[in-house]
Amino acid sequence: MELSAKQQARNIAREIDLGAMERGVLKLDIAEEITTLEVKDFNLFYGNKQALHNINMTIAKNRVTAFIGPSGCGKSTLLRCFNRMNDLIDSVTMNGQIFLEGDDLNAPSVNVADLRRQVGMVFQKPNPFPKSIYENVAYGLRLQGVYDRATLDKVVEKSLKDAALWDEVKDRLTESAMGLSGGQQQRLVIARAIAIEPEVLLLDEPASALDPLSTLKIEELIHELKEKYTIIIVTHNMQQAARVSDYTAFMYMGELIEFGATDTLFTNPTEKKTEDYITGRYG
Amino acid sequence: MSKQSVSTWFKSGSPWIWLNAGAVSISIVMVVGLLLLIAVRGLSHFWPADIMALSYQEPGGEPITLIGELVDTEVVTALRLKSTGVDLPSGQTTGERHLLKVGNRDYFGLDFRWINGSWAGEASYPEKIVAVERREWGDFFGYLLEIRQQGQTIASGDDAWAELQQRLDRSNKLIAQIKQLEKSDIGTINHGLEGLRLKDRKLELEGVVAGSVQHQQIEQERKQWNLRYADITKQLAVLNAAVNRDQMVIQISDGREVEIPLAKVVDIMRPNAMGVGQKIATYGREVWKFVSGDPREANTEGGIFPAIFGTVLMVMIMAVFVTPFGVVAAIYLKEYAKQGPIIRLIRIAVNNLAGVPSIVYGVFGLGFFVYFLGGNIDEIFFSASLPTPTFGTPGLLWASLTLALLTVPVVIVATEEGLSRIPRAIREGSLALGATKAETLWRTVLPMAAPAMMTGLILAVARAAGEVAPLMMVGVVKLAPALAIDTVAPYLHLDRQFMHLGFHIYDVGFQSPNVEAARPLVYATALLLVLIIIVLNMTAISIRNRLRENFKSTES
Repeated sequence: MELSAKQQARNIAREIDLGAMERGVLKLDIAEEITTLEVKDFNLFYGNKQALHNINMTIAKNRVTAFIGPSGCGKSTLLRCFNRMNDLIDSVTMNGQIFLEGDDLNAPSVNVADLRRQVGMVFQKPNPFPKSIYENVAYGLRLQGVYDRATLDKVVEKSLKDAALWDEVKDRLTESAMGLSGGQQQRLVIARAIAIEPEVLLLDEPASALDPLSTLKIEELIHELKEKYTIIIVTHNMQQAARVSDYTAFMYMGELIEFGATDTLFTNPTEKKTEDYITGRYG
Repeated sequence: MSKQSVSTWFKSGSPWIWLNAGAVSISIVMVVGLLLLIAVRGLSHFWPADIMALSYQEPGGEPITLIGELVDTEVVTALRLKSTGVDLPSGQTTGERHLLKVGNRDYFGLDFRWINGSWAGEASYPEKIVAVERREWGDFFGYLLEIRQQGQTIASGDDAWAELQQRLDRSNKLIAQIKQLEKSDIGTINHGLEGLRLKDRKLELEGVVAGSVQHQQIEQERKQWNLRYADITKQLAVLNAAVNRDQMVIQISDGREVEIPLAKVVDIMRPNAMGVGQKIATYGREVWKFVSGDPREANTEGGIFPAIFGTVLMVMIMAVFVTPFGVVAAIYLKEYAKQGPIIRLIRIAVNNLAGVPSIVYGVFGLGFFVYFLGGNIDEIFFSASLPTPTFGTPGLLWASLTLALLTVPVVIVATEEGLSRIPRAIREGSLALGATKAETLWRTVLPMAAPAMMTGLILAVARAAGEVAPLMMVGVVKLAPALAIDTVAPYLHLDRQFMHLGFHIYDVGFQSPNVEAARPLVYATALLLVLIIIVLNMTAISIRNRLRENFKSTES
């Protein structure tokens, strides 16, 4: 894809920014980012009940965006719109648009399976398939018709390495994935998702079922993965959002209350509701 | 105080525990008791029991000698004995009655005889008594006198027994040869000739004039078959002459001397002279003969191999039909159909199908499969052999299909159950990787639901193997002339009728001319049927457990 002059300039600027950020000099600004996902006037209903109200937001490329908010606020529902997982629920209706790199992902011409290849997802509870570790990671590739053993071996190894799991499982790739610990299973599921090289990675409370040590590992992993992928993470844990994310969206009762750079949102929220939530006054 | 304690006892829940434990115990006692009863009654039949000789004198009659095997002893009250004309000495309130198997049906009329204990003398067990298992007319008991070859005495007295073994061996081998010729070789010839007849008829139907090239060719082949047939007939004549060479003479209990050709003898033994080891060996041989042999004498003698074979084959063919059909139906109902009142109705209908009396399926099978489907198949593919039906008659295929229909609800219900137990997270995980619904089903959901499908199959097999009533309409016969698998193409003959253990039990038990002789066979056959069902189930269960191993941790 040919990049426009403006985008090229932005890319260069961002490289510089990244360095500046590392030194803590530069503040993030969503207006300066490359847009991966754009949500426009989006509403979603479960039957008659409206679950999302007029959502407008942009998700920045190669950044970690966190969705926070109390239970039932619609953050998971919104996340599941990005890979159309809500299609599985019969009673769901929606209006408004979501653009993935400029294309409406709800358009009739979009192949859902292709979309889900571009937008990978990791769920709250680790859900490895009852197959071997190797077959779990190779699953997505096999779906795409890759049967060449050498290619598969290479991708499996690379994905497991990227998911920081390779050293722990390299000697037992043929064993069942069900024998791994919860934290290992979750990293395996991440390896499985990145094996097919999606552009966006959706993480739905990926660490909520894990112990603190495994949580830490997952968070480190997220930090590394954002170099290659655009990551959206739903979390209940505000410290986690603050630690791993670049941008944070606070949602409440199906509405997007506030969206901005994580630093700003946590230190200087503009909305009263946001402040109440992050200071623990409700939620 | 006591009232209080009763109410505490009730509250503690122990009465219910006792009630439950009692129910379980009664069930176990009944099942074990049933199995023990049929096992003991069925298996004791094959034990080479001692044969007694005793003198017996009815009041006012001449004393006679009886030779036979003691089958049963009853204690009867004096009053009842009196009504049958037996007077016991005063003071004695009960008397004994014995059931003696005296054999020699062709000489005594009946081979079982009730005798009165008080009229019988002392029993002895002479070692020389022989028990002969004959091809016809049941068992034969007596003393071996001599061996003859074409009427000339060869050996007598003690030499006769030694001579007999070797000659019996020879005649049994010859008979096996004759059987082989009759069954296999002549069978092939008949098959060939029948094929030619059908070709002939086909030409006739197509309007080919007589004397054409095809006709000449058929005539040629027919000549060759006939030549082979003549050849085999000659061989048979030679063998038959050879097998009829030897006879033995046996003295029966009333003193008559009877000549029996060795060709009519299956086995001969002297049970009274056998040690325990020998008896055990004989027992094993008898059981094996029962399991592996063909039935004789209207099923009351010989083995039940064709029935075992028919049962297992029928169940297997049924499984081949019912599993894919049930699984596919369940997948549609559970995964693809829009859940609503119609699907609910269908599901209720499927569940109720499992409760329809099996004989109704038999009627349906006869009407739809045999007459409608089979009749049409015959008209389209086998028109040359009409009016003799090929598939338009009860047979293995229709029996299997009928039972598949009978058991398909079980498979559907079990598979649906299994599909609904697959965690949603697993499906979503697969879909999130870009799999379509079909791919998710095929690669992840179905393998995980495989144990549930096996459960369905196990239930289906258990039900099908024990079913008799519908089979009587769609393919089971008392005596099938040939097994459904043989060496003549197409090897598996789905159109053939077959024997079935369940029907065999009914037939031997209730349709047999010789009730006393058949009774132990009923038990033995019942035991075997239960064993076969257990083996079939165990196989399926072990496969299921192996499948389950893989998914163990997902279910927790």
